[in-house]
Amino acid sequence: MAELDTSGGGGKKGGKVRSKKQSTKVDLTAMVDLAFLLITFFMLTTSLSKPLAMDIAKPDKDAKDENRLEVRESQTMTILLGKNDRIAWYMGKAGSTAPTIEGFSDIRASLLKNKKEVKDKTGRDIIILVKPTSGANYKNFVDIMDEINVTKTNISAPAIDDDPKHLLEAEIAFMKAKGIL
Amino acid sequence: MPRVKVPRKSTAVDMTAMCDVAFLLLTFFILTATSRQPDPLEIKTPSSSVQFKVPDKDLTILSIGKGKVFVEIIGKDVKMLTLQKMAELYSMKFTPEEINRFGVISSFGVPFGNLKQFIKMNGEERTKFEAQFQGVPVDSTRNNDLFRWIEQARRATAELHQTEMRVSIKGDAKEEYPVIKKIVDVLQEQKVNKFSLITSAEAGAQ
Repeated sequence: MAELDTSGGGGKKGGKVRSKKQSTKVDLTAMVDLAFLLITFFMLTTSLSKPLAMDIAKPDKDAKDENRLEVRESQTMTILLGKNDRIAWYMGKAGSTAPTIEGFSDIRASLLKNKKEVKDKTGRDIIILVKPTSGANYKNFVDIMDEINVTKTNISAPAIDDDPKHLLEAEIAFMKAKGIL
Repeated sequence: MPRVKVPRKSTAVDMTAMCDVAFLLLTFFILTATSRQPDPLEIKTPSSSVQFKVPDKDLTILSIGKGKVFVEIIGKDVKMLTLQKMAELYSMKFTPEEINRFGVISSFGVPFGNLKQFIKMNGEERTKFEAQFQGVPVDSTRNNDLFRWIEQARRATAELHQTEMRVSIKGDAKEEYPVIKKIVDVLQEQKVNKFSLITSAEAGAQ
């Protein structure tokens, strides 16, 4: 250990003035405290600051793609993202069933319910169609993609259709009536 | 009966070794930590439950907030090569020193024509300078500045690292969807159909 001989200067020999030797021992407790505090800080910031990424695949824009499939009405669920954080969803064809208006807290239950119903009725997996409208914000979009991910309804990837021209008449009429477009 | 006297020992513990280890670890963490540059745009990313971490190379981050787009190309070598390619495309000349300075700029949001001025400035001036513009111009879907930046960055990544560049979108939670759609359209125009959205971890996520 870094400790020097600190025995006193002894008696006066030869009249030499000796300065009193002081202990070189330093209290390191405070220093260690500080060091560990900093370590904790750096450890936490390095691993937590890395942002997370959600992968999104969108259908190719090229219309002449042969891989396009017609989706069955019975197994589709269309989710419309409106303003004020509201969602309208309906099963099957637009206009045939009345859409349900929900907030983001209830959509998870609906997703699970519809997934099960479609599976029971048709024996096929549900296909989700997400249509963000101009009133929706980015957070809504991330939230709905996350919900779909959490409920594992994305067995076949959800189709994102954000072209305003693809909004159907019935959808626009309904959303306007409910004041979420 | 005589009591057994326990000799009193000093409670002082030798901290030297502990201190050594602590500082060794501290040095390690400081060196490995990547310093975070301040964002020019105030962005509050929405939260999600995904657990996939953003890779730290071969990536371009598009920050979207207040209707503006800022581009951040990760990796100094890719960034420098991208600038060279952009300069060729716009037939502008950049000195090696300017290219080098550009290599250490994190993100930028100025039209290409003003980039030369932008590179010359220091950090504070840059923030002020960027405030004058609407970010990287995205006026049309094709052949705007953003389109070219992404295109050239992809080429540069492919040339240097032989991999496909990833594109990440870092949008503000309050940003309206049409703004995001405009950017996504630019990406899809060059067949980037797969990209990732940067989110923060959700509190209490499974």
